[in-house]
Amino acid sequence: MEYRQAKTGRLMIDILPDKCDFCGCCVGVCPEDAIELKEAEIFIIDKRCTNCSKCIWSCPVEVIVFNKEGVLR
Amino acid sequence: MKNEYDIIVVGAGPAGSMAARFAAEQGVSVIMLEKDRDVGYPVRCGEAISRAGVEEFIEPDERWIKAHITKFCLVAPDETEVTLQFDARQEGYVLERRIFDYELAKTAAKAGAQILTRAYVNGLLFDGDKVCGVKYEHQGEQKELKAKIVIAADGVESRVGRWAGLKTHIDFRDMESCTQITAANIPVNDDTLYFYFGKDVAPEGYFWVFPKGDNTANIGLGVSGATGKKKSAKAFLDEFMAKHYPDAPILTYIAGGVPSSVTLDKISAPGIALVGDAARQVNPLSGGGIASGMIGGSIAGKIAAEAIKTNKPGHLLTYDKAWNKRLGKRHAVFNRIKEGIFNFSDEKFNKIARSINKIPYEKRTLGKVFTTALINQPSLLVDVAKVFVV
Ligand SMILES: Cc1cc2nc3c(=O)[nH]c(=O)nc-3n(C[C@H](O)[C@H](O)[C@H](O)COP(=O)(O)OP(=O)(O)OC[C@H]3O[C@@H](n4cnc5c(N)ncnc54)[C@H](O)[C@@H]3O)c2cc1C
Ligand code: SF4
Ligand code: SF4
Repeated sequence: MEYRQAKTGRLMIDILPDKCDFCGCCVGVCPEDAIELKEAEIFIIDKRCTNCSKCIWSCPVEVIVFNKEGVLR
Repeated sequence: MKNEYDIIVVGAGPAGSMAARFAAEQGVSVIMLEKDRDVGYPVRCGEAISRAGVEEFIEPDERWIKAHITKFCLVAPDETEVTLQFDARQEGYVLERRIFDYELAKTAAKAGAQILTRAYVNGLLFDGDKVCGVKYEHQGEQKELKAKIVIAADGVESRVGRWAGLKTHIDFRDMESCTQITAANIPVNDDTLYFYFGKDVAPEGYFWVFPKGDNTANIGLGVSGATGKKKSAKAFLDEFMAKHYPDAPILTYIAGGVPSSVTLDKISAPGIALVGDAARQVNPLSGGGIASGMIGGSIAGKIAAEAIKTNKPGHLLTYDKAWNKRLGKRHAVFNRIKEGIFNFSDEKFNKIARSINKIPYEKRTLGKVFTTALINQPSLLVDVAKVFVV
């Protein structure tokens, strides 16, 4: 099994791009500058993420998910 | 388009457009880069603003004014309603920002600023410690553009300031996580902004219904990230709609974030200044950031142009002080009041609403309401007094 790697262990955060509104709330709270948001494109810069979950709590529409197993690629 | 500009503004919201305009008006060369295809779209905003906030920058125009506001209706958790009326001089508006932002950008263009959309800024250029331009992606191509000063007006999702080493991320508890629906067939008064409070509708925030004419309205809420941990803004909005307007046709559904805190400690550094949401210049009590963003943008644009014209790069750093004098200090007071209100229980909101209703209607001013609201919080009263005295 292969996992995406975060700064601290396996990456446990994933954004469901189909549901994302590209509002930028998560980018504003991410302490690690680990989220890249373009016009209608969003992704986590894996190597910067520390799995802190702040983006999840701030997302107004529940499109960032926490997955204890890590995200399988 | 030139190979090099005096000033690059990143982001074409109200703050960016005013920065570009006030700089260009002084004769320096300016380009504004916007990542989206359109200026002013998508709109992530309740669109309420005071008339004074508009008039400082642009002549009010019915093409982008959807409602003229002369009343507030505050709804307590037990549904006690408090209505406040203010005189026409203090009128407010609900805007059509899709047009308003566009018109603001046009004023920047008229002043001589260049504008480029679909230009996503993804890095900065440095000359030693000093910012001297941006890296950006335009139509799939990675490019670079040099400038003497970069003004970051890149909104709540701002990253440009971070790349220059400024601490710009906001504590998740201070981020009001918002959702909003623009719905039709909503029977509201076109002269009234409605605010709902309480833990069932919007804990550590508020719920709003702002009329947009023809029985349409912006209906939304903001909750602190601390609340969002347990229940998302979307869940609160869906509940409210199911209870109050289950069959309303939904014209738009958006998410958004409002940084509701004091301004960042530092909003300028060599070769760069931050404005609007990027600098966290939102009024933390109301969550309003259109007018304050335009003010921040105009100050930064003017100072940046002066720094270039007088060839004194260090002059840019006087922007922090100028902002704090104009609004920054006041926002610090608003933030303390906000924190006081955050701690109110539902019972307290209900009690306050009932005591305000005892004040005769014609004597209810916003100042009186606050004083009544905070009568049991003497420490906050001092803050309120400061706000209404200055
Ligand atoms: C739900 C909600 C309701 C609100 N209601 C109100 C209200 O009723 N009244 C009020 O006054 N305020 C309200 N606000 C706040 C208000 O919308 C903002 O404060 C205001 O838009 C800030 O203006 P700005 O110019 O700083 O940023 P924005 O208007 O956000 O503009 C930033 C621009 O920068 C662009 N950008 C971002 N990153 C890049 C990049 N890397 N490269 C190029 N371009 C980039 C973005 O695409 C955007 O166009 C509300 C906010 C929300 C979310
Ligand atoms: S979990 Fe934390 S570090 Fe990772 S993207 Fe979210 S906010 Fe950033
Ligand atoms: S906060 Fe949620 S909706 Fe907004 S950009 Fe981030 S993931 Fe998308």
